[in-house]
Amino acid sequence: MIDMQIKMMPEFVLTPKSYEGEQEVTWCPGCGDFGILNAVKQALAQLKIPPHEAFFVSGIGCGSKLPDYVKANGYLGLHGRSLPIAQGVKLANHKMNVIATVGDGDGYGIGAGHFIHALRRNSDMTMIVEDNKVYALTKGQYSPTSTKGWVSSTTPDGAIEIEFNPVVMAIAGGATFVARTFSGDPKHMAQTFAKAIEHKGFALVDVLQSCVIYNHVNTVEWYRPRVYKLDDDANFNSRDYNAAMTKAHEWGDHIPLGVLYVDDRPTYEEQVKAIAETPLVKQPVGGYSKETWDEFRASFM
Amino acid sequence: MISNNMTLKIGGEAGQGMDTSGAGFARALVRAGLHVFVNQDFMSRIRGGYNFSQLRVSDKPVYAPDDQVALVLAFNQEAADRHTQELARGGAIIHDVNVKIDPAILAERQAHSFAFPFEAKTLEIGRPAGMDPKHAKQMLNTAQLGVTAAITDFPFEQIAQVIEQNFGKKKGSTIAEANLAVARWAYDEALKYADQFDWKLVPAANPVNRMILNGNQAIGLGAIAAGCKFISAYPMTPGTTIIEFMTAQSKRFNLVTKQTEDELAAILYAIGAAQTGVRAMTATSGGGFSLMVEALGMAGMTETPLVVVDSQRPGPSTGMPTRTGQGDLLFLMHASQDEFPRIVIAPGGVESCYADTARAFNLAEKYQCPVLILTEGYQAFASRSVGVEELPFEEFVVERGKTLTDSELDQIKPGEYKRYAITADGISPRAIPGHPNAVYTSTSDEHTEYGRIEDEDPVNRIAQHEKRMRKIETMKHEMRMPEWYGLKNAAVTLMGWGATRYAIREAVDILNAEGIKANALHFIDIYPLDEARLEKELAKAQHLIDIEGNFTAQLAQVIRGYTGRMVDDKILKYNGRPFAGAEIANTVKSRLKKNVRRVAKPSLKVKSNGHNGRNGHGTKLATKIAKRKVRA
Repeated sequence: MIDMQIKMMPEFVLTPKSYEGEQEVTWCPGCGDFGILNAVKQALAQLKIPPHEAFFVSGIGCGSKLPDYVKANGYLGLHGRSLPIAQGVKLANHKMNVIATVGDGDGYGIGAGHFIHALRRNSDMTMIVEDNKVYALTKGQYSPTSTKGWVSSTTPDGAIEIEFNPVVMAIAGGATFVARTFSGDPKHMAQTFAKAIEHKGFALVDVLQSCVIYNHVNTVEWYRPRVYKLDDDANFNSRDYNAAMTKAHEWGDHIPLGVLYVDDRPTYEEQVKAIAETPLVKQPVGGYSKETWDEFRASFM
Repeated sequence: MISNNMTLKIGGEAGQGMDTSGAGFARALVRAGLHVFVNQDFMSRIRGGYNFSQLRVSDKPVYAPDDQVALVLAFNQEAADRHTQELARGGAIIHDVNVKIDPAILAERQAHSFAFPFEAKTLEIGRPAGMDPKHAKQMLNTAQLGVTAAITDFPFEQIAQVIEQNFGKKKGSTIAEANLAVARWAYDEALKYADQFDWKLVPAANPVNRMILNGNQAIGLGAIAAGCKFISAYPMTPGTTIIEFMTAQSKRFNLVTKQTEDELAAILYAIGAAQTGVRAMTATSGGGFSLMVEALGMAGMTETPLVVVDSQRPGPSTGMPTRTGQGDLLFLMHASQDEFPRIVIAPGGVESCYADTARAFNLAEKYQCPVLILTEGYQAFASRSVGVEELPFEEFVVERGKTLTDSELDQIKPGEYKRYAITADGISPRAIPGHPNAVYTSTSDEHTEYGRIEDEDPVNRIAQHEKRMRKIETMKHEMRMPEWYGLKNAAVTLMGWGATRYAIREAVDILNAEGIKANALHFIDIYPLDEARLEKELAKAQHLIDIEGNFTAQLAQVIRGYTGRMVDDKILKYNGRPFAGAEIANTVKSRLKKNVRRVAKPSLKVKSNGHNGRNGHGTKLATKIAKRKVRA
């Protein structure tokens, strides 16, 4: 009822400003996160999702501060632990638009275990990864997406491991929406986020993001000539698993942006009988009837 | 003749179906209006380990196991080797003709051995019914029940009913018929021994319907009655059966239950659901709880109402998975970095597992903090017959504290809602996310009244930290004092917590019956402690003996830390097995004697030493007690 009333009010026009938080933003000047924050607000406005119907969950890291700067429901949790919280929120109130915003260290490093299981579960939520390929908040250590040989304070002779490919992992793991966008292209980011939020099922958006302080290789200038948009490729079909996998492996001189893979599969919540009719949070707290309890008692006698 | 008061032990190899026969017999007895207490003892194996269950039956309610074993149902040689020596005088062991019984042990205990060709007969009846040898031999179960019914004068029909229910939903099931035939044969065959067995089981004239429930089921029921709609967990014995029970009941009560990828996810899912306004919980054992600790602190910081069950087993690390212990108390009281309000409750008995878990959900929402339920392996598996009136599901009153209703939220001006408002009692009005007037964030960082990150300002830190910690003072008054059991002015007070409740009560009864004036002081609500009230209760105890399932007397440490009161003696057990009443009583008696001897010999120095529990005060008292006994 309240939602209806608000939406019918003449001043109910959602713009990116509707999601303006009051907090002072503490990111470094020039950080890619600013663009991501704006694009998230634009996507919400475009989809007409009012602040009280969006729920942001994050971990710890530069990018994980994003929910603090947005006017919407939010839970800023622990490093690596956003996805289980987000899925718990979704099961409790599946009418909520749940968005996890985390960094590459958070989502693919410490949170990798949760990531893999979220992919196969297909909870109806969006995961935006601000992937700057470095641990910034702890001052420049290498991350799971740093390239092999990356020199940092903990890898002075270069990282020994090869880098983690999140989009390949996501497609292989069962995500039903996998996309990549770029912090140097605000319009593309906003469009991609909107598509991801609209998608029914688990949507991953990996954002190629610059870090002006700790990543002097993967800068906006480095990405700009390399990225290209899949939308411009008429032959590419994001529903073709093999084609998607090929594109997901592409890196270096040519880096594809856009929706790499889409699949239809029932969401996790759609398959949970207890919430088929009413969100869990709207159901009565206790107060089962005597008949229900009598049935129970009889079954244990 | 001993009517309606006996203990029987069913032992054999895992997979032989002793659980089925134990549960089946228990059900038949309860339907006949008798009370039962069943405890399980099993190894951490699926097949092949040695298991037994012990069934105590009485016409009065029974709350704890009894060591006086009247009857052993030996399913294999090992069962006979282990349990013949436990038989009470005049008891009996039922076994296959191929199982050898030591006649010397039997003679010494004046016990009987009733041998039957179980294997041959089950094959003879089972094979023509189309059963393979393995399944035919499993009817040993049914045969044992038939014999038990015959020698205890228990009506065959009562057994037959349960067999029909267990083996065949529809009439004419060949398995059910074969089992009935085996039971009939065994019953008829065993009637001739009935005169040699003194214990009899007589159905009540007007049987009352009762349920059979174990501690973990009762915890699940408490959660359901309190309106918990969400449980997420990762399997870990002995906590697993809580999510299993709730999953089995999920259709009836419309619950969401989720097995997660690990215990970290288990508690995080529950926190996500709780933050969104649903009553939510997770359940595990100590190892899983260890993984949950960081998130537990987060729930403390974000003031998210949450219930966590730790079903203790001996540790550290993997420890003894199927066994019991009380080693996690201090861990639960202190788990996580820094400080935040929490509640620790240790239920004792099935009815307490139910009621105190239900209550935990009210406390969690009233004080907006994690509530930790501390149970243990023994209590998780032990079941008893429970009267309908003991678990008044329909009467539970949901209290959500300062949770804002929709109409209250409608009154709030947008932008003015402070989730972490500074209040005198430390509790801030809580909005369930989703209302346009109360859009807010919560964060594991230190935060402002609005819930926004403020991890630098010392003034804000003091205000928020003090606000949270004030809740401890507020909740203290609702915490219950330990309960007294037994004589008002006793010479000896037995102090314990959680699942040992009824074993300690039984010890008190035994001691009083033998002329030692005893009572018990038992803790269910453990933390936070209300020191002032507690000191008064402790002052009533003269010679205080601490009884715990750990090495370092953790509750005694807590009591001494908060009140300064030292215990006079400690009875500590950490072999993975539960306390029994008679065992406690015997230890108390021998300790009292020892103390008297020490005082009597001046050459023997008694050190005043808190660690071993003797502080001089106690020894003097022990002397007094002993003198009183002599005078009596």
